[in-house]
Amino acid sequence: MSESTIQPVNTPALDVPVRSKLRFDNRYIAPLFITFILLVGHFSYGILESYERTALAIVAALITELVLGRIFYGKWLNLASAYISGISVGILLRSPAFWPFALCSVLSVMSKYVLRVKGRHLWNPSNFGICVLLFLAPETVASLSVQWGNFKWPLLVIWILGSIIIYRAKRFHISATYVVSFFAFAFLRSWITGDPVQAEIAPITGPMYQLFVFFMVTDPKTTVKSKKWQCIVVFFVAFVEMLLRLNQVVHAPLYALFLVGPTAMLIEIWLESRRKAVRAVAAT
Amino acid sequence: MIRGKTARIILLIIFVALIATPVVLKRLSQRRAAAIAKTDPSTSLSRYGFYLQEVSQASHINFKHQAPTLDHRLDHIMPQVASMGAAVSVVDFNRDGWSDLYVTNSGEGSKNALFKNNQDGSFTDVAAELGIADLNQPGSGVSMGSVWGDYDNDGYEDLFVYKWGRPELFHNDAGQKFSPVSDKVGLPAWVNANAAVWFDYDRDGRLDLFLGGYYSEDVDLWHLRDTKMMPESFEYAKNGGRKYLFRNLGDGSFEEVSQKIGIDTRRWALAATVADLRGTGNQDLFIANDYGISELYFNDGKQFREVGKDTGVGFSPKSGMNASVGDILNQGRYSIYVSNISEEGVLIQGNNLWVPREGSTGDAIKYDNLARAMDVEIGGWSFGAQFGDLNNDGMLDLYLVNGYVSADRNLNYWYDFSKIAGGNSTIISDAAHWPAMDGRSLSGYQQKKVWLNDGAGKFVDVAQAVGASDVFDGRAVALVDLWNRGVLDVVVANQRGPLLIYKNNVAAENRWIDFELEGGSSNRSAIGAEVRLFWDGRQQVQQVSGGSGFCSQNQRRLHFGLGKTTQIERAEIRWPSGKIDKIEKPTVGQVLRIKESA
Repeated sequence: MSESTIQPVNTPALDVPVRSKLRFDNRYIAPLFITFILLVGHFSYGILESYERTALAIVAALITELVLGRIFYGKWLNLASAYISGISVGILLRSPAFWPFALCSVLSVMSKYVLRVKGRHLWNPSNFGICVLLFLAPETVASLSVQWGNFKWPLLVIWILGSIIIYRAKRFHISATYVVSFFAFAFLRSWITGDPVQAEIAPITGPMYQLFVFFMVTDPKTTVKSKKWQCIVVFFVAFVEMLLRLNQVVHAPLYALFLVGPTAMLIEIWLESRRKAVRAVAAT
Repeated sequence: MIRGKTARIILLIIFVALIATPVVLKRLSQRRAAAIAKTDPSTSLSRYGFYLQEVSQASHINFKHQAPTLDHRLDHIMPQVASMGAAVSVVDFNRDGWSDLYVTNSGEGSKNALFKNNQDGSFTDVAAELGIADLNQPGSGVSMGSVWGDYDNDGYEDLFVYKWGRPELFHNDAGQKFSPVSDKVGLPAWVNANAAVWFDYDRDGRLDLFLGGYYSEDVDLWHLRDTKMMPESFEYAKNGGRKYLFRNLGDGSFEEVSQKIGIDTRRWALAATVADLRGTGNQDLFIANDYGISELYFNDGKQFREVGKDTGVGFSPKSGMNASVGDILNQGRYSIYVSNISEEGVLIQGNNLWVPREGSTGDAIKYDNLARAMDVEIGGWSFGAQFGDLNNDGMLDLYLVNGYVSADRNLNYWYDFSKIAGGNSTIISDAAHWPAMDGRSLSGYQQKKVWLNDGAGKFVDVAQAVGASDVFDGRAVALVDLWNRGVLDVVVANQRGPLLIYKNNVAAENRWIDFELEGGSSNRSAIGAEVRLFWDGRQQVQQVSGGSGFCSQNQRRLHFGLGKTTQIERAEIRWPSGKIDKIEKPTVGQVLRIKESA
């Protein structure tokens, strides 16, 4: 599930077979799925505070991507990832004001172009934008915490469908590791704090976690490369989240990913460069 | 195409500037707020046209609200469950021309109070001797609020007390005593209600009564069957109490007609008010619901229909805790104010100010939430609010009280609250799953809001400057001229806190006029009657209300501030019966007492 891919649009060659032209592009699975979640959520329970704010977040992300892509890559980029960033902001950010939606989307997309090390960007875009706003403008914004029907069937549909889609995208192991870790840490927290275990499990039954599990922690561009380390990193995300929760941090999962994700990326980049250096020395 | 270093530096600068934007905006906002800091009365008077003095002790009012102690299985979250019941309603129960106050209490065995106005600035609690104090005995539930209305048109206001328990109706026997008539009129045995309003929905000249349930009526909060009595969702709950509409049959009894006439909802009602929103002459019903969307019922005279979504007010689910109406733009139309929850960094619902859209009228009326645009959006964990012209400048201002649970100042329950609130219904609906509060505060010690209407589309919070500086857990607020001076004083009922009387001191150069109406062929309380006042090229409409805000009722008398004008063009009175009286050039600075012809 990619939110952060920066890829020029591929111009199909004239001799591409018709069958290939009709093949569904996997890049659009994520945008379609998140749109599905939004539509189900909204038409079942009216989760959107207003169409205008969500539309503003999406449009701001798309325009930022188009402009920056044109400036820095000289091409009109595929907008799938910007769309996901925008719609994630539109769903996950809650504010009665309009400006945070535009600002958050712009910052999210810009972070891909600014916060880069050795050609790779570090933060999941919408995670970055939302965390910045939550940290710097808490009097104006909050994250999605309750705005969803807390009933069973939409929950099951989204979890099952999400799991199937993410399995197709070969990222299921990340989500599964996170979910298992979350439950394990929930029991641990309950044991430490004495709070009912149901209270510790409660957050993952809410909509914010569905988006978090399917779209944020699985982002290929901001996760490490090896499957094993992807699982280890996401375990640490859950672990840091637990530490933050024990300190009563309301937006614990978002902040945990904000802290752990880029750290893991930097370590991987450093290890890669060191390996390259060693290989280069060996070659000479 | 620019790929160079320069482009990246420019991008970086823009990026940093954008990140700094929220900080800059916050600083600007803080600077504006600091400019309205606490000041002395004379400065407040010259700058804002009024100041408030808390005078409860001097008025011999020493009332402190007590909260109930519910089933022991709720002990761990008792402060937030037993968090309502402080309420105040204004009445002139003995028709002496001076407003009195009825205040509810909620501790088991605690007493409600009726503060009789001694006309000299002091008050005496006469509830016990008149028979309306002892309403909170174990087994009968505890009081949540009260509304006054003359249901039998005998000229004396009768008292309805709604409770988490057995609702009580008292007949006012000529201001000398009150007789319980609940059994006689056919009220239900048990309702967990937090909202009630008198109004004559069918315009037959007799007051009917709306009663809104909060917890389901089959829940006895002192003897729970199980702990699954919490809302099934934080924002989509439909497992609350049922609603009642008691139609006054005119023979001292009532018929419950809610389902028959189209009011059938189990959302968690916390406030209700009525107003003729479309100019039809019929009173429409607005319900602010906790854990869900608000509901608006258009009244077609005999039948109601829910139009919340169609009109725009029932779209976004929040935590509605107040419903009050006011002509804030002096355009002859009512806006509706609904309070919700805003807690920095956790939950920013924002309060709603539903203003009728320009050009939309009648059944096609639409509302836009202009709370942010008009700066009345963020009020903390907001409860009761009332519109009234506090400085007599001719524009309606807004007084808001707030604060949920003030316990340990250094410990906060919000993390745990947000954790459970997002959970699935099977988790959230069971009180046993809620983490213990352990003495922690939940949006406690909040500063109140006194939003002054600048007449140009903005409200400015001057609470600290004008002396509204308490930080109790405010629930109900009522506006009333307690000293018959032509100003609106403010009475605030606080949960687990004192009843506060803010005496208002208004700049003398601002004029006023009041209307005291008595129905003839309409209900005698004149509830639903409207006065439309025209002066200085302006107009303002106000209505006599049978309950508004949160668990409160303002004075029956309608108070208009006029600014510095010395002449009024005319006043138009539209009675619930449909009759219209016009008064040309009424004199300013007087209470006009007008009786409708029979």
